[in-house]
Amino acid sequence: MVERKKQTIPIWRDERFWRIALQILAVLIFVGIVALLMGNLNRNLAQQGNNFGFGFLKNEAGFSISETLIPYKPKDPYSQVLLAGLANSLRVMILGMILTTIVGVLAGIASFSENWLLRQLNRVYVEVVRNTPLLLQLFFWYFAVFFSLPKPQDMIKLPGPIFMSKRGIAIPWPANTLNVWIGLLVLGIGIIVAIFIWRSRIQLMTEKAESGQPQLIALIIIAIISILIIIFGLGWQAPKIIATGGTEGGLNLTLELSALLTGLVFYTGAFIAEIVRAGIQSVPKGQWEAAKSLGLKSGLVMRLVIFPQALRVMIPSLNSQYMNLAKNSSLAIAIGYPDLYAVANTTYNQTGRPIEVFLLIMAAYLSINLIISLSMNLLNKTVQIKER
Amino acid sequence: MNKWKSLLITTLLMVLPLAACETAPEQTQASNGDTQATSSKPTSRLDTVKSRGKLICGVDGGIPGFSYVDQNGNYSGIDVDVCKAVAAALFNDPSAVEYRNLDATERFTALSSGEVDMLARNTTWTISRDTSVGLEFAPTTFYDGQGMMVRADSGMKTLKDMQGKSICVEAGTTSELNLTDNLRKQGVEAETVTFQQADPAYAAYAEGRCDGMTSDKSQLIARRSNLPNPEEHILLDVTMSKEPLGPVTINNDSAWFDTVKWVTYALIEAEELGITQANVDEMKNSTDPTIKRFLGLEGDLGTGMGLSNDFAYNVIKQVGNYGEVYDRNLGKQSQFKLDRGLNDLWTNGGLLYSPPFR
Repeated sequence: MVERKKQTIPIWRDERFWRIALQILAVLIFVGIVALLMGNLNRNLAQQGNNFGFGFLKNEAGFSISETLIPYKPKDPYSQVLLAGLANSLRVMILGMILTTIVGVLAGIASFSENWLLRQLNRVYVEVVRNTPLLLQLFFWYFAVFFSLPKPQDMIKLPGPIFMSKRGIAIPWPANTLNVWIGLLVLGIGIIVAIFIWRSRIQLMTEKAESGQPQLIALIIIAIISILIIIFGLGWQAPKIIATGGTEGGLNLTLELSALLTGLVFYTGAFIAEIVRAGIQSVPKGQWEAAKSLGLKSGLVMRLVIFPQALRVMIPSLNSQYMNLAKNSSLAIAIGYPDLYAVANTTYNQTGRPIEVFLLIMAAYLSINLIISLSMNLLNKTVQIKER
Repeated sequence: MNKWKSLLITTLLMVLPLAACETAPEQTQASNGDTQATSSKPTSRLDTVKSRGKLICGVDGGIPGFSYVDQNGNYSGIDVDVCKAVAAALFNDPSAVEYRNLDATERFTALSSGEVDMLARNTTWTISRDTSVGLEFAPTTFYDGQGMMVRADSGMKTLKDMQGKSICVEAGTTSELNLTDNLRKQGVEAETVTFQQADPAYAAYAEGRCDGMTSDKSQLIARRSNLPNPEEHILLDVTMSKEPLGPVTINNDSAWFDTVKWVTYALIEAEELGITQANVDEMKNSTDPTIKRFLGLEGDLGTGMGLSNDFAYNVIKQVGNYGEVYDRNLGKQSQFKLDRGLNDLWTNGGLLYSPPFR
């Protein structure tokens, strides 16, 4: 009874009050700082006779960039050149993520190899690449590796045909025609159908003990059709040497793109290798032993038992490596690849609008990284243990 | 509750330094005027520089003859001498300069954010930079034109020969824009490879990534001296643009702009009046009223600008006149031996012309 009467405790001793008050205080301080900085910015801009605004994006850009995925001409507006830069950035990021995953997973698994030489080589790769700055590595790839290619006059000719010179690496590439896109569509459908047939085949074999022969034949037919489409249906254009010393047709990967991609792939790959190694080591030894005692071969142990479990540990860390790759791609500017940051740099320098342009760059990288994070989280959900 | 205490402390720790940054300059502004960027009342950078006792000058640092750092960290070049002249005018001490090496894309941001007081960095005077970028251009100290450097054995003679070739260029320069314009005009399709900094751009050219390298002619000549085999490279006989290069200050600060402008003119006027580093003391005895006014013995030209009355004397005594600066860095006494050409006095058929000091 006595305690009931003490219900009106002073407000400064009420924990509930402080919880809310502190939050409000924090928000107020934050808003205050932002207002102060914005006021400061406006004052300084006004002093220099500039107004904050994005109207400059409609002006003619006037500078050319060395390679574009989307059409861009110097007389196009700044918004177009920024989009072209974004497309170039995305090209490096997407290609980089795919290749770095392959390199990283292979290097990670190689650290468990029974081959001594392979294990040590892998270790040297991981330690050297992980412990030197990326910028240095980009310069290394660009100036030391790719620049040692011969001049266009005496380019290296590999079968394919692939031509390598200081002007870039030209490889055969599908033409951009309707037939090619139809071919690609058929290929995509073929892959999806094949996956379904494969799954049902395994189900039939394990649960109903059937032979799975008809499904196997169906799979082989799909594979043959796919190979035929890849060879004949995609209208491969072989690069040809032209009189002025360059190449024409096919896909010409410039040295800048090649160096940037190689640098990013091997740098991030080394980190991914460590993540893969850690993921595999996190799977208890008992799992290896149990799988082996069932009579599985070591390749199958890795593929069916260990790797799926390791994936659960790996994916959250992979997420941050992919985001690092996306952000590191902005180092392209050092070796002359026209990515988003490089063209934005020229843009703000020409227009005198660093704040607006930097806001755009930040928004672009933020959205890209949030999308990466979101998709990795979705992937993470699908591989987590499903409680039954 | 513990959690909230720590949150509060964290917030305060994060906020207090920021708040201090924001308020402190306003309080001290009256005393040292160091905070033109954050003050509500516009103060001239002239006062800021004077109270600091030292000029912060943005230079390139990699172009011999214009601004170049040697192995001992000493700066030299025509741009550097302009910085020295301004410092001599303000403090009678040409060494009261702190140099900042800036690349082409950093320079304007560094200037407008107040990191440097002025640029003396091969900056081309254009209308858009003067207006929408928000800069003020002091008199041109070097009239240049854009050129194209190629390998001597490539057999290229004109821009038309560059069809299908690749050309290296530094990002954020007028060269980048002029190149695009000129190629468009001639209907030539060439690949431009743009580098953030000059060093990788010239390295890429030297390594043969590009068939041509474009920039201001003087810069190409200066940079060529740093290439592995300078004699293997030639400049095409084309001039793609007008490139008037000069010191730059920020918009809407007349007092400071006037200082830089008239110090630069003082270099030119001194040459026209025949005043050199060697004879400047003798010239003090001259009976010519123009010279007496120029050297601050008569009138109040210097004090009217907020400088000492003998600022021009200090500049010439410490740095020399324009002709001496030119000869030392680019002309007869330098390794480049460039003719004065357009960069001669108007009386000798050049373009240098100072308004009267009166």
